[in-house]
Amino acid sequence: MTDISREILLEIYKRMNEARAFENKVSYFFARGMVHGTTHLSIGQEASGVASCMALREDDYITSTHRGHSQVIGKGIDLNRMMAELLGKYTGYCKGKGGSMHIADVEAGNLGANGVVGGGIPIAVGAALTQQMKKTGRIVLCFFGDGATNEGSFHESVNLASIWKLPVIFFCENNLYGMSMPQSKSMNIENIADRAKAYGIPGYIIDGNDAIEVYKTVKEVAEYVRNGNGPVLIESRTYRWLGHSKSDAQVYRTKEEVEEWKAKCPIKRLRNYMLENNFASQEELDKIEKKAVEDIEKAVEFANQSPEPPLETLTEDVYA
Amino acid sequence: MKDMKEMTYKDAVKLAMCEEMRRDENVFLMGEDVGLYGGAFGVSVGMIEEFGEERVRDTPISEAAITGAAAGAAVTGMRPIVEIMFMDFTTIAMDALVNQAAKMRYMFGGKAKVPMTLRCPGGSGTGAAAQHSQSLEAWFCHVPGLKVVVPGTPADAKGLLKAAIRDDNPVVFVEQKTLYKEKGMVPLDEDFIIPLGKGEIKKEGSDVTVVTYGRMLPRVLRVAEELEKEGISVEVVDPRTLVPLDKELIINSVIKTGRVVLVNEACKTGGFIGEIAAIIAESEAFDYLDAPIVRLAGLDIPIPYNPRLEAAAVPSEEQIRAGIMKVMNR
Repeated sequence: MTDISREILLEIYKRMNEARAFENKVSYFFARGMVHGTTHLSIGQEASGVASCMALREDDYITSTHRGHSQVIGKGIDLNRMMAELLGKYTGYCKGKGGSMHIADVEAGNLGANGVVGGGIPIAVGAALTQQMKKTGRIVLCFFGDGATNEGSFHESVNLASIWKLPVIFFCENNLYGMSMPQSKSMNIENIADRAKAYGIPGYIIDGNDAIEVYKTVKEVAEYVRNGNGPVLIESRTYRWLGHSKSDAQVYRTKEEVEEWKAKCPIKRLRNYMLENNFASQEELDKIEKKAVEDIEKAVEFANQSPEPPLETLTEDVYA
Repeated sequence: MKDMKEMTYKDAVKLAMCEEMRRDENVFLMGEDVGLYGGAFGVSVGMIEEFGEERVRDTPISEAAITGAAAGAAVTGMRPIVEIMFMDFTTIAMDALVNQAAKMRYMFGGKAKVPMTLRCPGGSGTGAAAQHSQSLEAWFCHVPGLKVVVPGTPADAKGLLKAAIRDDNPVVFVEQKTLYKEKGMVPLDEDFIIPLGKGEIKKEGSDVTVVTYGRMLPRVLRVAEELEKEGISVEVVDPRTLVPLDKELIINSVIKTGRVVLVNEACKTGGFIGEIAAIIAESEAFDYLDAPIVRLAGLDIPIPYNPRLEAAAVPSEEQIRAGIMKVMNR
């Protein structure tokens, strides 16, 4: 367990805290009707989104999902521009045209969050095809949820990647519900990772709330994938603490279940691990948490001070 | 310009692909049975021999994955050409095309390019019935972010496909399966490009304008030649690309002739010629109209199997002639 450096552990911890603080802030805004539209929060899933991306090379690609804030913060993102996008500002990653569901930073390897369940999976496969054809040595990590594995695009894409041995990691964040539909009712299997067998590729189940297990698994799998062995499916089991989106009465699950999962908080878990194994002091970790909250406040300030997109931009960028 | 050579529409499509693949190593073709088999209509026969299976990629029967993968490859630096075996099967690729490829650039704030070309043969006339015969081009015209091309001659097929492949946007390139064997003179110049959005007057005339594209073009031209002998001078305007549309060419022609007939093979309701009619009606050409606009389109039915029924589902030369006479007699 000591083969992850202190620096990396601290960075994972930092980004998980940033993701938590970011989403707490966004949740606050939405609860008070201070922002437009809707959002899907990943509070409780931070280890899955952050530690997986941290195990990639900086020049690797990801495709993200509608519940993607932790994922893109894990990949490395400017929090100011991300918050500005959530608030629909011109300085946002998408100049205010994308919002929460379409955060993208193509040059930095984030090929975009997606408003369509399973919509990013074939895109990840195509990006992996580019890496194979151009022999770049880069790989693609493709995020999606449990619900997406019932989409045709998932099955078509995993099959295509498997026959072409494309460098892509299919990373399923199984948070047990597709909106209100529990996994037990939406598929006749218990392990989504078993779907890998149908395509002749390895499938792993990991504890998605354990940042260390997530990191180590993705690190190992990334090497396998990078070496031309073809794709791998990882099922990362986790849980979203909040509702599906801003309007969700959560009638499909019990308060007890939610509390049970809150007790398995991925951030607390990593914190305890680092303290127990003397990777960091209490003060150090407190400082990181505090700084994350401060940085989000700064991001809000940046976003608030940013201009609205000029009306002239309305018809810009439809075509290249 | 270098020499011209007579060749089929199909060979012109292939020539365009081959030239662009020789010119740019990022261009590649993928689709069902496009490799050894050479494509369901034989368009890519022989290409795998020249370019190898890496660049002429046979895919599983997975339109959604192929099309989405093309978008993913395009956004990361390749220029994929996807062949969807029949235009009808684009229905299976709709999310990838409509929600993903078409919107990436806009919803990411202009920071993505999706240079992909989706080739698909459309149209009836082959006895393939309702699920292999549709003309769905209007659907794609309704999606901002996509460009839509429907070539009606071999030369246009070559010049427009080369432009589509070099374009930095997703382009739906609708080939006409009944035109695949039609022959015409095609420029051999490797830089022969027809810019997307530039229509052409296929025959000059002064009495009436007929706007048409794709499979209906040769029909309209034959009728126009006949009518010429009878003293009616028909101007035939082919927009060639529907998005972007050469509105000016159409409007100017209508201003000149004062009469207009619009012809397309697709079902009348919601068909693209309805859009052209509206554009004319909203333009200054309206004041020059001496007769109401006439639309000749396919019937609002699925394409039937029986050859007599199938032929009757889309505008015939007789109907085109009658349509032109109708506006002439006003």
